[in-house]
Amino acid sequence: MSVDLNMLKTPGPTITALTKPFWDAAAEGRLKIQHCEDCGKAVFYPRPICPHCWSKRLVWKDASGRGRLKSFSEVHKPGHPGWLPAAPYVVGLVELAEGPTILSFILPGTRPLQVGDMLLLAPTSIGGRVLPAFKPVEPRAEEKPQ
Amino acid sequence: MSGARGSIVGIGELKPQRLTSGVTTLEMIAEVSRLAVLDAGLEPAAIDGLLVGPQVGETPQHVPATIAEYLGLAPTMANVVDLGGASGAGMVWRASAAIEAGMCEAVLCVLANNREEAAPRSPNRNPIREFDVPFGASGANISYALLMQAHMAEYGSTARDFAMIAAAARANAQLNPDAIFFGKPADVEAVLASPMIASPLHLLEIVMPVAGGEAVVVTSAERARSMAKRPVHLLGAGEKVTHRAVSQAPSLTSGPLKSAMARAFAQSGTQAREMDLLSLYDCYTIMVATTIEDAGLCAPGGFGAWLRDHDLSHKGDKPLNTHGGQLGFGQPDLAGGMTHVVEAVRQLRGEAGERQIGKAELALVTGNGATMSEATAIVLGAA
Repeated sequence: MSVDLNMLKTPGPTITALTKPFWDAAAEGRLKIQHCEDCGKAVFYPRPICPHCWSKRLVWKDASGRGRLKSFSEVHKPGHPGWLPAAPYVVGLVELAEGPTILSFILPGTRPLQVGDMLLLAPTSIGGRVLPAFKPVEPRAEEKPQ
Repeated sequence: MSGARGSIVGIGELKPQRLTSGVTTLEMIAEVSRLAVLDAGLEPAAIDGLLVGPQVGETPQHVPATIAEYLGLAPTMANVVDLGGASGAGMVWRASAAIEAGMCEAVLCVLANNREEAAPRSPNRNPIREFDVPFGASGANISYALLMQAHMAEYGSTARDFAMIAAAARANAQLNPDAIFFGKPADVEAVLASPMIASPLHLLEIVMPVAGGEAVVVTSAERARSMAKRPVHLLGAGEKVTHRAVSQAPSLTSGPLKSAMARAFAQSGTQAREMDLLSLYDCYTIMVATTIEDAGLCAPGGFGAWLRDHDLSHKGDKPLNTHGGQLGFGQPDLAGGMTHVVEAVRQLRGEAGERQIGKAELALVTGNGATMSEATAIVLGAA
């Protein structure tokens, strides 16, 4: 994957008024998710009501940006032609420290990925917009989330 | 058979084709419906219930009315069953339930699709489109690859374990002249040598999309006795829908079929190991692996060893997808799930010809939609 991801002609998000805070934060390099003030659970993806208790008292908070890799796939034949120049690339299921799971783009690390790897938020320009991608925590490097 | 909640008395199937040209889905629905009603020995006017699938793009709304009008039917019960690959099995119990409820007497359950060369891209607007697609995850292949990787990580299952499922499907398809892979067997080595699509998923572990159609006719067990063909009874059903996007799945290594099958076994007073035929939804190899485990045929993570211990052919001790499964037959979109119902009826009638299984009294049919999200299981019994 040596292609400039930002030059890809990939489909962007279909943003609604409800989901705009997530994407506005993403554009600033942050990961913002909803939290329910009634049951205390974190919520992803954004909803008008809490999927756990149906409360409407949802507030936006910055997430820690830490997560664990639940699964991943190296994509050789993308489902959308806009991704062809980047193939093979990796997508993964990231269980956020706050609880919910997000599907994201996983940047390459220095060793092969494994389920269970710890990940950090790594905002990345893809197709002309900054998206909340993730990268593996490198055990030997002193790195901090951006 | 006592305990029967309804009976399948007619089946229809169109030979799968890679592409159609200038044929509408509606036309194919008419063709396959005719075959099923003819097989049942019924007059079209006897059909008073209609279950259909969604017709994305072609008929966005009012689908049952459009199809009823097209077929000249005036059903007293009509509905869309939108459960992806679980739609076929989902239709069967709904048809029985509608009959038991006194809404109708003979239900046509029909799914078909054309497959034109230049199909438009999906106009979807939903959470997957917004939160998965921008990260490079479009389509089902990646979702099932993620499920497969999770299974390998949790249980140490191997690429070879999964490849055995595809190879067995291809082997069974060699006895079905209508299968898209008839005359084209593929062994484990061929599956493993096929191109990597989304790791760890190889090309030959993925169904081939085809055009086709499948239909069945359901009536009451009582009425089934006076029909042309030997009835096949619905003995039990279960269903569960848990999520849509793979990121929201409650588990990556066990699915809603576990609970759906448990209910179907409980309703029918049967157990997984008693089934003479396993007609298991197989969009991808991982789906069969998880279903074998969720059915309780082996312990979680044990499907590979289970496969090595059993013969899945029509002559074997555990016949599984004797029509070739969708991995061998081809996947006519939503009708793909119904191929598992139609084959089970053939086997339980004793009409499977060259691939007829020996004892054919009980069959488990599973359906699965989206990303191990929508699940329906039915237990069928011979009359």
